[in-house]
Amino acid sequence: MAIIEIRNLTKDFRVGFWKKRPVRALDNLSLDVRRGDVFGFLGPNGAGKTTTLKLLMGLLRATSGSAHILGEPVDSVAMRRRIGYLPENPYFYDYLTPEELLTYVGRLFGIRQPALGKKVRSLLERVGLAEAGGLQLRKFSKGMIQRIGVAQAIINDPEVVFLDEPMSGLDPLGRREVRDVIVSMKDQGVTVFFSSHILPDVEALCDRVAILRKGRLQAVGALEEILTMKIEAHEIILTRVRPEDTDRLRSMCETLSTIGDRLHLRASSSRQVQQILAHALANDAELISVNPVRPSLEDYFLHEVGAGQDGAPRE
Amino acid sequence: MRILAIAGNTFRENIRDKILYNLILFALIMILSSIALGQLTLGLEAKMIIDLGLTSVSVFGTLIAVFIGISLVYKEMEKRTVYALLAKPVHRWEFIVGKYLGLLFTLLVNVVIMTVGVALTLLYQGGTEPATFLRLLPAVYLIYVSLALTTALALVFSTFSTPALSALFTLFLWVIGHFNADLLQFATLTKSTTVGWIAKSLYYALPNFSNFTTLDSRNIIQSAAHSQAVDAGAVLWVTAYGLLYCAGLVAVAIMVFSRRDFK
Repeated sequence: MAIIEIRNLTKDFRVGFWKKRPVRALDNLSLDVRRGDVFGFLGPNGAGKTTTLKLLMGLLRATSGSAHILGEPVDSVAMRRRIGYLPENPYFYDYLTPEELLTYVGRLFGIRQPALGKKVRSLLERVGLAEAGGLQLRKFSKGMIQRIGVAQAIINDPEVVFLDEPMSGLDPLGRREVRDVIVSMKDQGVTVFFSSHILPDVEALCDRVAILRKGRLQAVGALEEILTMKIEAHEIILTRVRPEDTDRLRSMCETLSTIGDRLHLRASSSRQVQQILAHALANDAELISVNPVRPSLEDYFLHEVGAGQDGAPRE
Repeated sequence: MRILAIAGNTFRENIRDKILYNLILFALIMILSSIALGQLTLGLEAKMIIDLGLTSVSVFGTLIAVFIGISLVYKEMEKRTVYALLAKPVHRWEFIVGKYLGLLFTLLVNVVIMTVGVALTLLYQGGTEPATFLRLLPAVYLIYVSLALTTALALVFSTFSTPALSALFTLFLWVIGHFNADLLQFATLTKSTTVGWIAKSLYYALPNFSNFTTLDSRNIIQSAAHSQAVDAGAVLWVTAYGLLYCAGLVAVAIMVFSRRDFK
């Protein structure tokens, strides 16, 4: 059974000062997310990712269509006991310390002392803020705010967690930590639904992804299914190639570039690869590596989504 | 439980706000200055202290109610703190009621502090009968009910308008509400039935703040200053009026807030 079930979800915003005209931010989105999946929600700015998440959190009301989480409609308050949410660019009460904020949030879930105090300390430990527990949030960096945001999203041990751009604004270490948190949630059987721009993270974490463009669903499925682009290519890296051989090699491959004393060649067929290798090795060049080039999500993104980003509706 | 958590956090937000301390400080300075002004009157020092002191409680209480009230909900939407909060198991009405109760508690603490200030000033002055202190209470109580009403007005505006406009609207209604009786008089004087009808409807619809300042056609602060007894029944009626009006305003705030999209 799908744990998140979105059916024909549509949202129009009315924009303009005098003559209000509707702008479609989300168009007829239907989507299922299975229990235990880490689900990546991708798309360029203005594609409707945040709008979708806000609709799921009941912060926006759908123009038409419906969405269910854990079998309950999205405006069910009881259902929200079992989910967690990290908003995009989160901002929390800056007059509170992380400890006070988490205690407050815990009380909203009805967690009582002394369990609450223990929970708060272990969460601060988990997101790497144990040292800063007594500092007011106004003194926090963006990365620290993001981490406290993750902590408040999982204080109730949710079954489903929604993260809107959880890695944005984090340094490599912070990204790593958030990634680890997501992986550990997955290990505990938590379903994670997150939107992101950072493709390597999505590639590393997600079981399934959906790609959104201009409010429409472009593709959905396992990464391998989506990334079946036709380019079969190999990258060959050579060194100690004699200058007179370089021109010959260039004529044998698709592209050739020089980085330091290394040549990077791209061959589109295995026949080309054989030819290049035979020629290079016969002329005393040294082979460093031959790698198949799998199209990355980034390539897909640029290829399929990149065209026609203009006039995208606001998120 | 959840409402209390929200109210508690609102109280914490208020007491960590510098504007509150500035206002209280000014109020206490005003109250203390009544000693000096009392010197100018002959034998009416206590009356002067009560007059000026309770007026300070009312004026500064109103300022606190307005200036904290107008940003009560707006700030949460503007800073987007409300996003994470409403995704928790919290009904929107609980959020509004919690915010309102939180500020009411802040006001209660402030009114108590200021009243203690007035009482201490009276003690310092000396020669005040113990009964006089008790006479302060009905006046302070009614001031507090009127503050609750002012806060509810600010709360309603704060759910859909910017702080600057909300302050303007709230103070506007507060001023009209004090001269409400004139509307009724106008309604009886005017020859046009339509205008009379409009004036009368406005008289009943707008919050009547003079209810809280005048009891039995005597100014409540004056009554306290002259150590006159007030009619308990009248206080009860005014309380009922205040509560009903506040409840109505909070309901409006909930309605507006519940329909909102958080873009």
